[in-house]
Amino acid sequence: MTTVLTAGLGLKPQHYAAALACPADGLWFEVHPENYMVTGGPRLAWLESIRARHPVSLHGVALSLAADAKPDAAHLARLRELARRIEPELVSEHLAWSTWRGVYHPDLLPFPRTEAALERIADNVSITQETLQRRIAIENPSHYLHIKDHARDEIDFLTELVRRTGCGLLLDVNNVYVSARNLGFSAESYIDAFPGDAVMEIHLAGHTPDPTLGDKLLIDSHDAPIAPAVWALYTRLIARIGVRPTLIERDDNLPDFATLYSECEHAAGLLRSPLRRAA
Amino acid sequence: MPANATLNPVPGALARFQDAFECALLAPDSAPAAELAALTKQPAFAVYHNTIMKGCIDALQANYPAVTRLVGEEWFRTAASVYVRQAPPTHPMLLEYGASFADFLTGFEPAAELTYLPDVARLDRYWTEAHAAPDDKLLDPASVAGLAPDVLASTILRPHAATRWAWFSNSPIYTIWSRNRTDETAGDEIKWKPEGALLARPRDVVQWITIDAGGCAFLDACAKGCSLGAAANAALETKIDIDLVRLMSTLFAAGAFSEISFQPKCMEGHQ
Repeated sequence: MTTVLTAGLGLKPQHYAAALACPADGLWFEVHPENYMVTGGPRLAWLESIRARHPVSLHGVALSLAADAKPDAAHLARLRELARRIEPELVSEHLAWSTWRGVYHPDLLPFPRTEAALERIADNVSITQETLQRRIAIENPSHYLHIKDHARDEIDFLTELVRRTGCGLLLDVNNVYVSARNLGFSAESYIDAFPGDAVMEIHLAGHTPDPTLGDKLLIDSHDAPIAPAVWALYTRLIARIGVRPTLIERDDNLPDFATLYSECEHAAGLLRSPLRRAA
Repeated sequence: MPANATLNPVPGALARFQDAFECALLAPDSAPAAELAALTKQPAFAVYHNTIMKGCIDALQANYPAVTRLVGEEWFRTAASVYVRQAPPTHPMLLEYGASFADFLTGFEPAAELTYLPDVARLDRYWTEAHAAPDDKLLDPASVAGLAPDVLASTILRPHAATRWAWFSNSPIYTIWSRNRTDETAGDEIKWKPEGALLARPRDVVQWITIDAGGCAFLDACAKGCSLGAAANAALETKIDIDLVRLMSTLFAAGAFSEISFQPKCMEGHQ
């Protein structure tokens, strides 16, 4: 019987000891594989200790699937090796690019959603799934720019990607909220239209207003508690699609483990709520 | 089709977009490509530039904590922003980012008077290398203690994969680095003298001690695959009064070696 994951937490090195000691049943952790692509030493040992007690998910930020190039073979081989070692419950990546012509830009960069882009990304997702011998989930990134050359909207693009490759999707609810505010579309409509059957995982995180532009531009900063509006979208989503592994992401301005864990418990409570089951 | 089409394929629209986007990220002050102007004039374009710059600088700061503590965070981040423009990351394992940072500091004019700074950066780098090195066997000193003297002289000690060492002939780099690598408050006044450093990771945690020039020469010879006899000669040539028994016991206790073998790879006397 496979484990049914409910609420999990992004694992930060500062929280290794507390995470390892946390007795909670069903708690799972997610890491960026790029931080564990080492040939030995304590990092891998920490991750293996966590893995021995809790399910782990590998959430990549650097395969650069939307670059007009195949995934870097060496990077993909390192990911395969880490997945072999850690045996993750889930593996995910982004609908974005970050490496181009030998330079790595630590961000999730946008592109025009054209037919050519869809073909390239579908090929790259297929290469990744064949290499890892598993289905991966692709995440909707946060958007900041109005790009006029899109041939498909994001949901249409992701739906077609699922159809062509058999991949799953990772729906980041905070990214939907941030993008909707920045680009001026309805977050509720996006959440309602997202293909629920393909959702393998949900992400929740905090955002902040841009330091100069304020509320006109929200930044997907992962440095604050999850906003009430994002919790509301999440409740709406799970009422429609049911229980999915749900991750609390926090990368900056880190509180203690207990504070993050309370957000995780809140998500777990919503996943158990009678309101959701009745829906 | 032109004859060179397969050698120099015309990039497709997606590749052209990525070329132009990258160009606008790396050189925000120059005019963007025509197809990108509609994006770069949006205030939100700066989010990408700022996020990437912050990501690179954060990574460099995490990898160079002693340098950061010495010069202060503001100075460090200003210097780092210059470095990031010259040497952006070439792969996503940011733990390894900044391999050339010590060399960059050597030529960085505002750091000209901080002559010790590049070597402190070298020790920060050695820490990262030791931390991420492959797992390796750890030599049991008992396996050497039982050897007959003539066998001992021809034994080769292989340094552990995580072991790093350096001799600094001009300044007390070990003391400056180790005080700033930890949160140690100011100790005694630093005596200006040459120093060596040894970093090792016998188990999970990187540890460090100071070693002398003879110890560094000994380890250099061991790393070349010289016999223990040749390594001892190299140490004696560097430091005539070296206590070899004490040196070896220090290196064994530090976990500097991985295993022994008996086939020298270097020519005796020509290391």
